[in-house]
Amino acid sequence: MSGGEVDTIARLANDNAWLLHRGRFLDVTFLLGVGDVPYLVRIHRGRIESLQRGPFVQPRWTFALRASREAWATFWQPVPPAGFHDLIAMIKVRALTLEGDQHPFMANLRYFKDLLALPRPARGATP
Amino acid sequence: MSSAGKPQFEPAIGRYLRLDIAGRPHRLYVEEAGAGIPLLCLHTAGADSRQYRALFNDADILARFRVIAFDLPWHGKSSPPAGWQGAEYKLTSRAYVDAIMAVVDALSLDRPAVIGCSIGGRIVLHLALEHAVRFRALIGLESGAHADPYYDLEWLHRPDVHGGEMCGAIVSGLIAPTAPEADRWETIWHYMQGGPGVFKGDLYFYTADGDVRGRVAEIDTSVCPLYLLTGEYDYSCTPEDTRELARRIKGAQVTIMEGLGHFPVSEDPAKFLSYLRPVLAEIAERDV
Repeated sequence: MSGGEVDTIARLANDNAWLLHRGRFLDVTFLLGVGDVPYLVRIHRGRIESLQRGPFVQPRWTFALRASREAWATFWQPVPPAGFHDLIAMIKVRALTLEGDQHPFMANLRYFKDLLALPRPARGATP
Repeated sequence: MSSAGKPQFEPAIGRYLRLDIAGRPHRLYVEEAGAGIPLLCLHTAGADSRQYRALFNDADILARFRVIAFDLPWHGKSSPPAGWQGAEYKLTSRAYVDAIMAVVDALSLDRPAVIGCSIGGRIVLHLALEHAVRFRALIGLESGAHADPYYDLEWLHRPDVHGGEMCGAIVSGLIAPTAPEADRWETIWHYMQGGPGVFKGDLYFYTADGDVRGRVAEIDTSVCPLYLLTGEYDYSCTPEDTRELARRIKGAQVTIMEGLGHFPVSEDPAKFLSYLRPVLAEIAERDV
């Protein structure tokens, strides 16, 4: 995995009118950890305003989702194996950690599940 | 304008049943179709008997089984008992067994087979322990003796988080990624429709009160056969949880279902029926 998947998230999200609609009450900055590379994702009214790649000196975020590069790569497979097919599943199998204030994440859980699954190719698509 | 044809009704007939459960009057919604061996279907936590639509529409099953499903009190089209507004809903093992036995008695079911999923898969273990002679077979789907919560259940019922959105989103990952889209979202919709706090109240049974780890070794499958079927993608009751349960129960028959999750009946009915048919055939043959 090159990290290219993360870079596609902002474009795919901002092109998705239904996702933006569902996120219209959401204003938050969260940290996405891919191995030792942190990304800060700033969301305003459901739209990705910025997606910055670290390292950061003093990052500020409301919650953080961190997993290894391998775990995210597995999550983004067209048909991921059990345990890596869903964010909550990855938390259950200890492949993903959720830190910080969970409220915006849980209150908008479908939004975040859909957002982070955006790099996953459609089933049957050529990887 | 009108295309005068016969209305396309499904075989199931739904009615409301008046009965007392543990001395309290209740009004429960009950559906049934088919004729033959009674097969009582128990839905998952926070959902209702619509999950069993595939069984209610399968001609082969209806030819040999009288398929019956009811919505637990507080669920689907069943009402909560009068006075519900005065206390938090919490399902207990006692209340759950009482509800099932009250329905069995009210319908005069003669040794029905029972199929239950998730909390329904757990309660069949309680039925096996307490009422084995009243049943001819028990089928536990996504059945384990205990489940540890893996998220804070308080998120399911609080005024600053939408309960329907929360319940739908939290269970969505329990569905296998290969499930047909229409069935996946039908399953999620049922969860989005649950009453405030009902899913959470059911999970009190699932994660605390209904723990039967210390008792399952007493289950006697020679009195009533026990079938355990669990989906590969279920991380609430994992295949390993079910295997561990089966190791403690002599004679329990285990099947791990590939490409299915925590809601096999509802999320991918066709795939699930391919696993269920041999079990139902065995139950029917034993009846001859």
